[in-house]
Amino acid sequence: MILSVRDLRVSFRTNDGLVRAIDGVSFDLEESEILGVVGESGSGKTVSLLAVMGLITDPNADIEGSIRYKGRELVGLPARELRRLRGNEIAMIFQDPMTALTPVYTVGWQIAEQIRAHRNISKSKAMDRVEELLAEVNFPNPHEAMSRYPHQLSGGMRQRAVIAMALSCNPALLVADEPTTALDVTVQAGILDLVRKLRATHKSAVVFITHDMGVVSELADRVMVMYAGRVVERGSRAELFSDPRHPYTRALLGSIPPLTGEKPRRLPAIPGSPPSLLRLPQGCAFGPRCPVHYEPCATGKPDLGGGTHAAACFRVAQA
Amino acid sequence: MTDKDRPILETRSLGKRFSIGTRFSAEGKRTVHAVDNVSLTVWRGETVGLVGESGCGKSTLARCLVRLHDISDGELLFEGEDITSKSLSELRPLRRRLQMVFQDPSASLNPRRRVGDLVAEPLRIHSKLSSNEIKKRVAELFDLVGLLPDHVMRYPHEFSGGQRQRVGIARAIALNPDLVVLDEPVSALDVSVQAQIVNLLADLQEKLNLTYIFIAHDLSVVRQVSTRIAVMYLGSIVEEGPAEEVFATPAHPYSQALISAVPVVETTPSGTRKRIILTGDVPSPLKPPSGCRFHPRCPIAAERCRSERPQLREYRPGRKVACHFPTV
Repeated sequence: MILSVRDLRVSFRTNDGLVRAIDGVSFDLEESEILGVVGESGSGKTVSLLAVMGLITDPNADIEGSIRYKGRELVGLPARELRRLRGNEIAMIFQDPMTALTPVYTVGWQIAEQIRAHRNISKSKAMDRVEELLAEVNFPNPHEAMSRYPHQLSGGMRQRAVIAMALSCNPALLVADEPTTALDVTVQAGILDLVRKLRATHKSAVVFITHDMGVVSELADRVMVMYAGRVVERGSRAELFSDPRHPYTRALLGSIPPLTGEKPRRLPAIPGSPPSLLRLPQGCAFGPRCPVHYEPCATGKPDLGGGTHAAACFRVAQA
Repeated sequence: MTDKDRPILETRSLGKRFSIGTRFSAEGKRTVHAVDNVSLTVWRGETVGLVGESGCGKSTLARCLVRLHDISDGELLFEGEDITSKSLSELRPLRRRLQMVFQDPSASLNPRRRVGDLVAEPLRIHSKLSSNEIKKRVAELFDLVGLLPDHVMRYPHEFSGGQRQRVGIARAIALNPDLVVLDEPVSALDVSVQAQIVNLLADLQEKLNLTYIFIAHDLSVVRQVSTRIAVMYLGSIVEEGPAEEVFATPAHPYSQALISAVPVVETTPSGTRKRIILTGDVPSPLKPPSGCRFHPRCPIAAERCRSERPQLREYRPGRKVACHFPTV
């Protein structure tokens, strides 16, 4: 077991009241497994992963629950200890590669810096390693790319450089937060291929956050669907896509226009919009938008329950 | 309806050049051909989808079509009338018939004005309605786009992204336009909200007899809304045809790669779809490749592609492609 998260809760004290960004999230991750986390903005997918990385430093944030990496508790770990893990055993890829790279140093320098922060090797050795890494992430001319500044690279190449940086210390756990959202589909296809290849060669476990169901269905081994800070459904890729159970998962899949076959005259849309975390509805958060909600949904919050394929819904529990 | 036989909008070899740098900069003064030799005909009541990677010139083309950019080369005709070089004052009466919806509704709505006021603005400028009539019309528009009557007093920040885009749409249709150019209208929205806006646009088109030019990078959304699509690469159209046909049997190698790259939800075991992965990046429009502009990334490029630039030609009624070796 690489990562084991139990009943994670993250809340922020704001001027407008307490925001529960994450409300009881649990999941496990095995070696060389890809977990896809799907959700809309505000569903808590990013916050839960920032918590895993220990990157929530807001003094108004409260983090409860347990995050175990290889059996070691990360919640409450001193910053020094965390820093030894981050970038080394646990690496992260962000959505926008331009903000993840500093504009004032060359790409090669930045990657070498990361290697030297965690390994005791000489500058020239580190630079050799950078060249290897850039070749691994399919830079056509790695030696030349090392001396480039981020603004001289295209969006796809920048994201590849960030991935090279994340891989520099052979992480056991790679967290990717919407790494392809800012990219064109043709470039995205290349990056997804790369993630698959790296999982195979480095045996890294990957948590891949995205809002795109198509990306998840092509990449993930297991999938977790989030809504308003809670996990509403989890299962293997096959289970989730061939037998979606939660009404939200079903509706989300239904609202994607098809790429082949007959065009529906109208798309089956989900009414309303995702709720504000400050004013969550009573009971099930999806209730007001749910086509099959009934009395119990208005008062109680459904639990996810056990099993590999589970949905947090009273209707599903009843059936 | 004789209108059906007359195109509402037509471009003839339209081009847009930007000059960048000065004669003092390192590379001197240079010219970017953002849009190059585009001939496109838009018929009344249809939706033309423009697709392509970022930097292919689709937004620049859209802005040229409503004359937000001045046009460098070629002609632009609106209902047969040449509007390529009309002055701003001559264009004014046309503006009400040519409207645009932008990608980011939080950037295109003034945050300091109430949304009712924002929707009323085009009416105040272009129509001779009294303030009471304007109020009535705004209420009507709010109802049409699915907003509540008491929303008129709110400010843009009080709305969700989807509702804000509804305001943007209400403002665009306020003057009963004929043609609406939609530049990535759903890209900034949550997945669960996108379908609502796509449906709203379809309903409005039917009710108000609108013609759309729809730009999006999400190909499945483009397929859903468009009757016809044009695929752009490096400033030019490389393929054009009925949306469903182009998606089912793309003729240009670039369209094939683009469509195959879209991740789709498959309930059956994966591996049924063949993916074409393009090598390299979109070349800089500052230094476009010789011959066919796609040849450095094209999996089937031959000698001829390096020297001779293929023209967009009709190989079957309604289907056009710019390739020496199309899949037909």
